[in-house]
Amino acid sequence: MLLDALPRETLPDAVSQRREDRGPARMPAPQAPTARGIGVTVRDLHKDFGGAPVLDGLDLFLPAGGFTAVVGRSGCGKSTLLRLILGLEEPTRGRILLEGADKKPGTAARRGTPPKRIMFQEPRLLPWARVVDNVAVGLTGLGSRAERRDRALAALDEVGLSDKAGAWPATLSGGQRQRVALARALVSGPGLLALDEPLGALDALTRIGMQDLIARIWQAQGFTALLVTHDVGEAVALADRILVLDAGRVALDLRVDVPRPRRRGDPDLAALEGRILERLLGQSQAA
Amino acid sequence: MMRPRSLDRLRDAGLPWLVPFAVLAGWQAAVSTGLVSNRFMPTPVDVIHAGWEAGRTGELWVNLGVSTLRALAGFLVGGGIGFGLGLANGLSRLSERLTDTSVQMVRNVPHLSLIPLVILWFGIGEEAKLFLVALGVFFPIYANTLHGIRSVDPALVEMGRVYGMSNAELFRRVILPGALPSIFVGLRYALGIMWLTLIVAETISASSGLGYMAMQAREFMLVDVVVLAILIYAGLGKLADALTRQVERTCLAWNPAYRSA
Repeated sequence: MLLDALPRETLPDAVSQRREDRGPARMPAPQAPTARGIGVTVRDLHKDFGGAPVLDGLDLFLPAGGFTAVVGRSGCGKSTLLRLILGLEEPTRGRILLEGADKKPGTAARRGTPPKRIMFQEPRLLPWARVVDNVAVGLTGLGSRAERRDRALAALDEVGLSDKAGAWPATLSGGQRQRVALARALVSGPGLLALDEPLGALDALTRIGMQDLIARIWQAQGFTALLVTHDVGEAVALADRILVLDAGRVALDLRVDVPRPRRRGDPDLAALEGRILERLLGQSQAA
Repeated sequence: MMRPRSLDRLRDAGLPWLVPFAVLAGWQAAVSTGLVSNRFMPTPVDVIHAGWEAGRTGELWVNLGVSTLRALAGFLVGGGIGFGLGLANGLSRLSERLTDTSVQMVRNVPHLSLIPLVILWFGIGEEAKLFLVALGVFFPIYANTLHGIRSVDPALVEMGRVYGMSNAELFRRVILPGALPSIFVGLRYALGIMWLTLIVAETISASSGLGYMAMQAREFMLVDVVVLAILIYAGLGKLADALTRQVERTCLAWNPAYRSA
């Protein structure tokens, strides 16, 4: 995925209003696109919690390097799906195949295959480690201490926070903390990045800035991205494919063929968002 | 009206000492005017004199050294065991189920009530003091270490695992730093208990140390030495607390609650 050459000059107006928390606009081009996404195949996946099925025979294929968003109402199993793919939970039945990665969390990194990474809803930074050391957590088990530090600084630069390298996480704003978490997830050059409602706790303007940052880095690095969100607008702004999950199955599978960078308020995106919302609301009325 | 900034600073620094100095002055006045008999209460000047005398003969330093050594030895033994067991029980369910109930039962026995038994076992030798101090220090360190480890955010532990930390790395980088604030609470509490236990033990059965010095002075009605000993306890307690605060401030600099202004 050598999309690095794509134009990136157009920034939505809403973003430029939020100067102090933006940073990404000044982001330099990443050094080398890694172009090594992990493809994910899910076959007949079942997951029960206390006898109640959360995922009920789910089939899915995520091509390497794609950006897929999973939306659905609370409790539809979207976060469970993501945790299963990451290996944080064991499926009750069914298979998850990751092409070019190892199944146990973390072990892949030590073997030289691209690792899987997750960004949680909360930043989950270590409060007792300085920002640069928090980013270096993403390189656990890789390289020497000095090497980890250099790469962590480069990743911080990518998210526009190089001036905060020596700061304590407690002194950062919510948006800055989530950017540090993003740098930590990306510093090892992952093959799969799972995003578990990572922007849910941010205010609207910071969220838009983060969405642009994520889209930009995804285009540059070519990892497979899997975004779980309840924000349909976010899904259509970021993803090239949207899955609507209902009752443990894929209820709707849509392609988003809108060119990037996408403008907020684009009529195609709005129409798509409307369709998905209609579907979700229709479900809740039927239920 | 504008005042020079340095004057404000001087006032701020002096304020906490205003009350102690007023008490000292009132005390001196009350005893020198005969309002309080100097058979029961020496004047501050008498106490300073007693301190000077005891320091000159070397008696004070010997006793101070003996007491400090006992306190530290007991603290290291009891605190070490408490810390180790707290870690073990915080990290392992099996270890906790095996030992925690027993520890909680023993905890409810006031450790100073064991003094008669301890004298029977060890006589009035060093072992008795070491045993009592270690026992007293053990519980706060144990309980707070255990609590600290239990209260580490599970979300951070999960994060560490996702990022491939081994158990040793997880402990060193996530669990121990997360438990540290609680461990420090236990440490400060234990330091208080350490002095208390030692002084009681030395007062009842000893042939050296600060507590012994005070008891000897009582025999000879040397009330100034008794008061001197009490003031030294206060000073030592304050010193231990200040040192811990300093260490806390260094180790917990990341925590806004501990950051120095």
